[in-house]
Amino acid sequence: MRMLTFAKRTTKEIIRDPLNLAFGLGFPLVLICLLSAIQANIPVSLFEIDHLTPGIAVFGLSFMTLFSATIIAKDRGSSLLQRLYTTPLTAADFILSYTLPMIPIAMGQTIICYLAAIVLGLEVTVNILYAVLMIAPVSLLYISLGLLCGSVLNDKQVGGVCGALLTNLSAWLSGIWFDLEMVGGTFKKIADALPFVHGVELGRAVLRGDFARIFPHLWWVLGYAAVCLAAAVLLFLRQMKKQ
Amino acid sequence: MDAIKIEGLTKKYKDVVAVDHLSLTVAKGELFSLLGVNGAGKTTTIKMLSCLTQPTSGDALLLGKSICADVAAVKSVIAVSPQETAVAPGLSVRENLELMCGVHGFGKEKCGAKVQEMAQLLALESVMQKKAGKLSGGWQRRLSIAMALISDPEILFLDEPTLGLDVIARSDLWDLIRSLKGSVTIILTTHYMEEAEALSDRIAIMKDGKLLICDTAEKIKETAKTDNFEQAFIRIVKGVAK
Repeated sequence: MRMLTFAKRTTKEIIRDPLNLAFGLGFPLVLICLLSAIQANIPVSLFEIDHLTPGIAVFGLSFMTLFSATIIAKDRGSSLLQRLYTTPLTAADFILSYTLPMIPIAMGQTIICYLAAIVLGLEVTVNILYAVLMIAPVSLLYISLGLLCGSVLNDKQVGGVCGALLTNLSAWLSGIWFDLEMVGGTFKKIADALPFVHGVELGRAVLRGDFARIFPHLWWVLGYAAVCLAAAVLLFLRQMKKQ
Repeated sequence: MDAIKIEGLTKKYKDVVAVDHLSLTVAKGELFSLLGVNGAGKTTTIKMLSCLTQPTSGDALLLGKSICADVAAVKSVIAVSPQETAVAPGLSVRENLELMCGVHGFGKEKCGAKVQEMAQLLALESVMQKKAGKLSGGWQRRLSIAMALISDPEILFLDEPTLGLDVIARSDLWDLIRSLKGSVTIILTTHYMEEAEALSDRIAIMKDGKLLICDTAEKIKETAKTDNFEQAFIRIVKGVAK
């Protein structure tokens, strides 16, 4: 009950911010439309909708990191958390209240992304439903990164680190816009060692119905999500204690 | 029974002693002010008493419950209105009050009644649907105090509640604080001497984490041999009067 009250507040704060809606929904939709328009006018297969959509869905999640980190950093900065730390809410209540509401928001973002893709010509199959469900572990990774950044950075730093750095890492090292094999070398090794490309490949495998290919990508995503979540919880508890 | 009994409370941050063996008692229903220049240890003392920071040594009993050994029980009887306005900016005034009801585990009926009661007590009715982030400083302070009072705390910590408010808003808040005297034990920190003198039953003056004096405003002025409370404060802090 206590946790749900605070979780509801997290949801309201996020969905009521027009900037969040503009970036969280608008930006991925603009990208998917723009790249589809480019694809329609070039002779090579570069941004085919079935290849592009899982990538855009994962890229959109980088905004979940930004939203999550921003609300925590702002709460810390405004003393709201200090007030709430003196109430019967427990550490687990806080962590769950910042984490759980983000998952349906992320799923909602992914559904809208796939609906736009259907309008743009994506074939409707049951695999779309599986792809939406499989976004949950990837979203947990991005949300954990938000909890982690929000626990150590102030709201201005969050803008730089999550809004600029992470979105760029997520964009360039995920193989959304170009095949990483084409670049190869150290760039590809770094990309392969990070979770972003695995999140995208996981979504692509599910959408193709090639379920055997979800491994090892799912393990990469779950491994990174577990490590990030553990680090995020530790750092959140540390800042809580520092109060 | 004393509302608060502090015994040798100490907080050290590396080499800095923020609060140094503080011992005092506050009676039930008393309005008790903590004064001191910046860095005197007032906010650290409040943070320890409200279980935000663990003391390095010593203890305090709030209505008989230890801040070291019985944190959950202490949290159930206190409320804090922090130095900076602590409201959820994207929520309306009503939703902020409902948030506090929810985190205290109130049912729907009790929540509705408490929200109504706080709206009347703090005269918030006209702004109930407005977003907290859009309110003026004075309204935000009122809301902040309403959020603290909604759980019916037995001990209320007000950390510089009138900081940055205009004269009218400050006067309104003084009236509100006066109306709470007797029913709630209030610990107030402030930089405004006239505020402490006008509102407090007793006043403690701290410097460098140490308690210099703890008495009524009248007795403090007597000790400092002046009729002016601000002068008395300056003399005591500078060590002219003992």
